[in-house]
Amino acid sequence: MTDQIDKALEREYEAGFVSDVESDTFEPGLDENVIRRISTMKNEPEWMLEARLKAFKVWQEMEEPDWAHVDYEKIDFQAISYFSAPKSMKDKPKSLDEVDPELIRTYEKLGIPLIEQQMLAGVAVDAVFDSVSVVTTFREKLSEAGVIFCPISEAIQNHPELVKKYLGSVVPTKDNYYAALNCAVFTDGSFVYIPKGTRCPMELSTYFRINEQNTGQFERTLIIADEGSHVSYLEGCTAPQRDENQLHAAVVELVALDDAEIKYSTVQNWYPGDENGKGGIYNFVTKRGICHTNAKISWTQVETGSAVTWKYPSCVLKGDNSVGEFYSVALTRGAQQADTGTKMIHLGKNTKSTIISKGISAGRSNNSYRGLVRMNPGADGARNFTQCDSLLIGDQCGAHTFPYVESRNPSAIVEHEATTSKVSDDQMFLCQQRGLDPEKAVSMIVNGFCKEVFKELPMEFAVEAGKLLEISLEGSVG
Amino acid sequence: MSNTNTKDTSSLLTIKDLHASVEEKNILKGLNLEVKPGEVHAIMGPNGAGKSTMGYVLSGREGYSVEQGSAVLDGVDILDLEAEERARAGLFLAFQYPVEIPGVSNLEFLKASVDAQREARGEEAVSSADFLKLAKAACKQVNLPLAFLKRGVNEGFSGGEKKRNEIMQMLLLQPKVCILDETDSGLDIDALQVVAEGVNSQRSNDRSFVVVTHYQRLLDYIKPDFVHVLADGKIVKSGDASLALELEAQGYAWLQPSDEEGQNA
Repeated sequence: MTDQIDKALEREYEAGFVSDVESDTFEPGLDENVIRRISTMKNEPEWMLEARLKAFKVWQEMEEPDWAHVDYEKIDFQAISYFSAPKSMKDKPKSLDEVDPELIRTYEKLGIPLIEQQMLAGVAVDAVFDSVSVVTTFREKLSEAGVIFCPISEAIQNHPELVKKYLGSVVPTKDNYYAALNCAVFTDGSFVYIPKGTRCPMELSTYFRINEQNTGQFERTLIIADEGSHVSYLEGCTAPQRDENQLHAAVVELVALDDAEIKYSTVQNWYPGDENGKGGIYNFVTKRGICHTNAKISWTQVETGSAVTWKYPSCVLKGDNSVGEFYSVALTRGAQQADTGTKMIHLGKNTKSTIISKGISAGRSNNSYRGLVRMNPGADGARNFTQCDSLLIGDQCGAHTFPYVESRNPSAIVEHEATTSKVSDDQMFLCQQRGLDPEKAVSMIVNGFCKEVFKELPMEFAVEAGKLLEISLEGSVG
Repeated sequence: MSNTNTKDTSSLLTIKDLHASVEEKNILKGLNLEVKPGEVHAIMGPNGAGKSTMGYVLSGREGYSVEQGSAVLDGVDILDLEAEERARAGLFLAFQYPVEIPGVSNLEFLKASVDAQREARGEEAVSSADFLKLAKAACKQVNLPLAFLKRGVNEGFSGGEKKRNEIMQMLLLQPKVCILDETDSGLDIDALQVVAEGVNSQRSNDRSFVVVTHYQRLLDYIKPDFVHVLADGKIVKSGDASLALELEAQGYAWLQPSDEEGQNA
């Protein structure tokens, strides 16, 4: 039966093509000069460059962390190129008509039409290609509602007061090794500002694409939901199939001011490397949000790609009655490794957090949940509920759970439930006996296992995520 | 009393000299059985005789190897087919211990199964709305609340509910040959009646049943045309419904073959 499941898990990575786009790419290497050049390319004000250079100094004094349950060759940071942009983007196309059709085709192939008429109604897209944003759709419509949705490189120029106030306010430069690196060399990502009392009229989304060889992508995203506002945001990520590893080191900061709500969903499908672990993206990401009074941040992630994932979308529940949620599906197969989870830091009174994590391991992969729930002394009446389920497929993979609970307040309540199960021969046989082929059977069993998380995704994307999982599990056998 | 004396091509299931083993242990040692359309055959026998193995071998469960013999279902030799292909050919096995599939709703599972079988026959998929009607009717027929369609497959079901759920699947899949593997085990009288009514409602001239059971009780509700005793991997005695009563009274010991010619069919 294991053979059959393995076969069912063989898949082709459908996003693995390379776009034929002429790019300006920096020579590999990292020093102050490279950082100055990035800043110049982005036409940045002096204060931003200073912040970058400061971060670079901080980073140089830090050590690469090794506590995660992952194993990979040390990254040679001098062998990476830190900036790559399609040549056609140099003249800053004013409208979609001026954008290189090859870029538009790339996104179309990925199922993300950038021509507004063809798009999913109600979803605005920022398309980030290597180190630049290619296009951001529906900007006019959004600005009518006062919503700012633009590449962060533009926000630095056009909305410096907001950027200065909030960039680095949730994830400080010194937070960790990759965050510090990101502060020094970040290139593009999205910036969102939702004004007071506004419900963002559309879903916002960003699609990250790595195309150029030997480049790293250093995404930086900042979302600010002002008092009483509401926004739902989704990011997707893909990359070509290449034999060498590539680094994606992102920092995402969310600020939910009083009574605001941010729903942040990720469908991560970076190239996972081949069966033997050759190639694939290193996805080393810092994501954190801060909740002020009565605010709510909800992270939902579907992680199916990347060779190595190191990612803990977290919530700092600063304000009283604020709520943090984390819903995660992480699928690893082949030789993939994932160490992912969340941190819920309860500072305010009556703060609540929910963690639902579903890890699926197949092949020879390793899948770890790592989570921290901290109840600080001021967190009177705080509550956390954690449910952590692992599903094993086959007998060569690993599922690990590393929950950390720190309670410094006697009135706080922390609950943790964990299960480990496997796709059993009995389940497979039942499905087949009813006429389902093994591929459909595995995909159905896995989808069932993930149901609680999928129902948290925005409707438009729940279907997409289900399909992605199906593609992930689809075999080449008929 | 023999049903193996004809070479009738109208036979729906023909098992000939079937030898099969699990983990290198011979379990079936020359099983012969012929089931014609519309017939109900009961298979009884002592523990370890190979009754469940028969169901698994016929339905293609992994880990069971066939050493010898053949099994033909409605003209199709099924022993070389994958499990799902046998199901699509019209073979249904009602499990003794139905397994749970958490998070996959019964309805979704049933629809996927029916669609897969229809697709294999080159038929169009049933629309969701039409399927829901069919599923609701089947659910009512086995006396399960409609909420069970939305619940995960067998998730948190009681033993009786699981068995009724098996019958619901059978009703929707409309197989040619149904093997019921001790479907009566662990059932109270009410559930037993529901199961039996489900089976009886499906009895027709083009569908046959092989009912594996330990107890004569089930056969009060599902009247068999033939009763066979399976012992040590083969049929050692066949008769009509009265044989079941005889077994109930006397047990199996008198039938155990001491050697090869112990057969009395």
